Amino acid sequence: MITALWVMIAIAVVLGVVLGYAAIRFRVEGNPLVEKIDAVLPQTQCGQCGYPGCKPYAEAIAKGEADINLCPPGGEEGIHKLAELLGVEPKPFGADRQPRAKAVAFIDEKDCIGCTLCIQACPVDAIAGAAKQMHTIIAAECTGCELCVAPCPVDCISMQPLPERPNTWKWKYPVILLRPQK
Amino acid sequence: MRQLYTFHGGIHPPTNKAQSTTQPIAYAPLPAELVISLHQHAGEVAKPLVEVGERVLKGQLIGAPVSGFSAAIHAPTSGTVAAIGLQIVAHPSSLPELCITLQADGKEEWAARHPVDFRTLSNAELQSHLRAQGVVGLGGAVFPSDMKLRHSIPVETLIMNGAECEPYITCDDMLMRERAAEIVRGTEILRHALNTKSVLFGIEDNKPEAIAAMQQAIDDSSLPFEVVAVPTLYPGGSAKHLIKVLTGLEVPSGKLPTDIGVQCFNVGTAYSVKRACDDGEPLIARVVTVTGNVAQPRNYEALIGTRFAELVSASGALPGTDRYIMGGPMMGLELPGANVPLVKASNCLIAASDALFPPQPAPLPCIRCTRCVGVCPAELQPQDLYWFAQSNNFGKAQEWNLFDCIECGACAYVCPSSIPLVHYYRYAKSEIRARDQEKRAADLARERHEFRQLRIEREKQEKANRLAQKERAATTANAKTVAETASVPTPAKPVVTVDDTQQLRINTALERAKAQATAARPKNTDHLTPEQLAEIAAIEARRSHIHDIAADTGADDEPPKQS
Amino acid sequence: MLSSPFLTRPLPVNQIMLRVLLALLPGIALYVWYFGPAILISLMLASLTALATEALMLKLRARPLKPFLSDNSALLTAWLLALSVPPLAPWWLVVIGTAFAIVVAKQLYGGLGNNPFNPAMIGYAVLIISFPHEMTHWVSPQSLGGVQLSFTEQMSYIFLHTLPPGLTLDAITMSTPLDTLKTQLHLGHSVGEIRELPIYGRLAGQGSEMVAAGFAIGGIYLLFTRIISWHLPLVYLGTLFVMAGIFHLFDPAHYVAPLFHWFSGAAMIGAFFILTDPISSPTTAKGKIIFAAGAGMLTYLVRVFGGFPDSVAFATILMNMCVPIIDAYTQPAIFGRKDAHK
Repeated sequence: MITALWVMIAIAVVLGVVLGYAAIRFRVEGNPLVEKIDAVLPQTQCGQCGYPGCKPYAEAIAKGEADINLCPPGGEEGIHKLAELLGVEPKPFGADRQPRAKAVAFIDEKDCIGCTLCIQACPVDAIAGAAKQMHTIIAAECTGCELCVAPCPVDCISMQPLPERPNTWKWKYPVILLRPQK
Repeated sequence: MRQLYTFHGGIHPPTNKAQSTTQPIAYAPLPAELVISLHQHAGEVAKPLVEVGERVLKGQLIGAPVSGFSAAIHAPTSGTVAAIGLQIVAHPSSLPELCITLQADGKEEWAARHPVDFRTLSNAELQSHLRAQGVVGLGGAVFPSDMKLRHSIPVETLIMNGAECEPYITCDDMLMRERAAEIVRGTEILRHALNTKSVLFGIEDNKPEAIAAMQQAIDDSSLPFEVVAVPTLYPGGSAKHLIKVLTGLEVPSGKLPTDIGVQCFNVGTAYSVKRACDDGEPLIARVVTVTGNVAQPRNYEALIGTRFAELVSASGALPGTDRYIMGGPMMGLELPGANVPLVKASNCLIAASDALFPPQPAPLPCIRCTRCVGVCPAELQPQDLYWFAQSNNFGKAQEWNLFDCIECGACAYVCPSSIPLVHYYRYAKSEIRARDQEKRAADLARERHEFRQLRIEREKQEKANRLAQKERAATTANAKTVAETASVPTPAKPVVTVDDTQQLRINTALERAKAQATAARPKNTDHLTPEQLAEIAAIEARRSHIHDIAADTGADDEPPKQS
Repeated sequence: MLSSPFLTRPLPVNQIMLRVLLALLPGIALYVWYFGPAILISLMLASLTALATEALMLKLRARPLKPFLSDNSALLTAWLLALSVPPLAPWWLVVIGTAFAIVVAKQLYGGLGNNPFNPAMIGYAVLIISFPHEMTHWVSPQSLGGVQLSFTEQMSYIFLHTLPPGLTLDAITMSTPLDTLKTQLHLGHSVGEIRELPIYGRLAGQGSEMVAAGFAIGGIYLLFTRIISWHLPLVYLGTLFVMAGIFHLFDPAHYVAPLFHWFSGAAMIGAFFILTDPISSPTTAKGKIIFAAGAGMLTYLVRVFGGFPDSVAFATILMNMCVPIIDAYTQPAIFGRKDAHK
């Protein structure tokens, strides 16, 4: 009985040493968590999460200060990816943070006064213009964050939802009716 | 006898081609209105060059290619531009594309045509000629033909694709039977452009008349081309598979046929090339098979932009047709309606009914019987791709080579559970492409955001530097004045090598204080004469004036205020 | 929007399963000829239980009944299970086995197409572990003479557990030929002596060798109609033959000839009907070969060195466990990627 005990202890010690050695010798320097989280986020830089940009939100998530369901532009998919990355349960969006259809800002040129307030607000420099010159949105670069809408003193910026075009259309998941709808 | 090779899998669906080959190609009646899509080729949408109300001539350029990967669009007949706007076109999404609506004036008045002698043209010149004539591949992929003439290594073999493996479609068959000489001529032009020695025509052996006609035309031309009858097996008309059958070479995944010294063109494209070069005619018409639930299935040469409904009524519409399919039953797409216009890719129109295409039973779960593996020409594992696609496991689907799938439909054809396999693959592919697109956009947005932050930092830095420089300049001026007024040699100006403006400010402030302190205590204040005292007072006044100037710096870009 | 292809010509699932059921008929006919009609009762009991339990589970899972009940897969599971339990087994044995196979091994995993293990073999495994006594008493073949029960007597035993007066169970049943072989070898007799016993025929046990031949005929029919591919049966039987052959050549007194192994127990029905269950076997050709070779080896090893007289069921189940990894590592190169390494 004592022999058995000694044998078990010996096995435990040996395995412990092996594991400890492996942990040090084969240590993998992975990407910092913040980078990984930032890679998942959509980079809209809109601030809907309450943080001034996607990187600060990623840092907050990594520190454990922020929840994973605060990013509407990332959609359900984004929540699931974050949940998988962090090993937590996905949770749905709150009522105040429902995802909206992707939209692009549009400046009504007859109202624009060239004040550059929207240019200063855009987090990705998607507005071309200068002081007392016409401003225009570079639609291809606009992420739909809506940060330019509020600063405009003449309210000339509106959000236009992107129409679906044949080259952005996706085949839908085949839905098979198992039984006729009641 | 030339050695032929085989490809894995393949199926033998009933061909249903006899119905539409009993009569010769007819010219479709000139429609009153044509709707010409500006995006009927692979690549970017063409830019309209005309305006509403403008009169155009037959063959006139109405849409210009916008980039290297784009194609030209020409007016199929003379008439007036009635509208330029979004119209429903043949696309599985039923979404509209930019189209030019043309009201035909019935005169069929041609614009100036510019035939060329291909023998005088180099490959590059022929490319720009074909590009100007809007010639694209008519086999279904509508790739700009000028791009297909580009090659980095010599093209050893030119293969002309007359296989037409899909059921119901007979347009290439009839074209080969009736216009073999023009096809041979077009092939000669392509051969010249590619500078190839070996030219093979691959025709499935269920088309004996076409084979005979092509052989006759080649004999008449005395060109060293070879007609090869390939075994009828769907999808033997796929370019990669025809290349394998005729040459034994497999085009590596992700590469082009020209990367292995082969190129493949459809016989219909060869015909268009002949018309573009010898006759100077742009691509404005094509042969299309109208078959299925119609009274007289046959082939028509129809103008691009003809609404399909007109072709169906020309063939005699029959009751029972509930949908229209453009293309064949294996790879075609269901049209949003019959009013959709003909495009360069339209090789066939099938009026479908429940009798012809019975509705498929409800799918059962996959039983992993691997019949799909047995027929897949790309040698994939369709059942694994199905399991991954249906569970949205896109990473694994890509690992299992989802993008090598040619969407031929052989797997779904044999599936005992009647699972719509191709639908799942298309879903998975479009999801993956959309995600890639989003990721690229997100990466770009992140880059722009980071650059913007860098730019703001940089501007702050520059502003602070300018400020510091200004202060330094002011301090130097101040120190100089101090040196002039005080007889005591001023302490050596400390060398300021800091790049931190804050430190610089502190230093200059200290400096100033020191200088002031020194200046405030002149060493020769004893035994002053009244004249010297008066002089000192005047100097003090001047000094304080200079102090005011230094303090009143104002904006960076404004010069100091002169008093 | 529907996607192409718009025209399909499959052999539907229920037709495939039906052909497999038909292929079992020659074996069943020979079974009845040699062992009496009791097996038909088991088959019927198993079929009814299978359909009933499947219907119940489908209802619980809120799935439509008609497409799944009519796909004949439950019937196939039932028949394979019924053919692996002794014909005079009490009715509850068949019912429990079939119910377990359908409910646990098939429906709880997700129904048709989702079971990782062969359901009939799981049912068999449960029965042989839980009721070894009932599972190892087989009816003597009629050719041996001795007492034979009439059909009504068999029915009354199966359902009411009553025997005609004066008869005990041991008088009308015996162990299987494989079982007998094992025990006799343990007792020290040589293979030559054992083979002289009256229960053995030309190749293997009397009667059961003919039944196995009947299943082989059915299996060849399936091969010719391309319902199954040749990889599994050929490699399984081949491995079994080679292993048995090596041991037999080495020591004929203690290891019986390969053909004996082929025609005993469930080797034939296993090769053509059990291993070839598409849902629980690998999808790649190389994978099938590995799977069948593994199953063949395990069958031989357990038969000769293990505790059970027959082991096709366990061999199948153990190899079923390995199928995902076999599939993952035997993916073939695709068109256009033949030169690249995976």
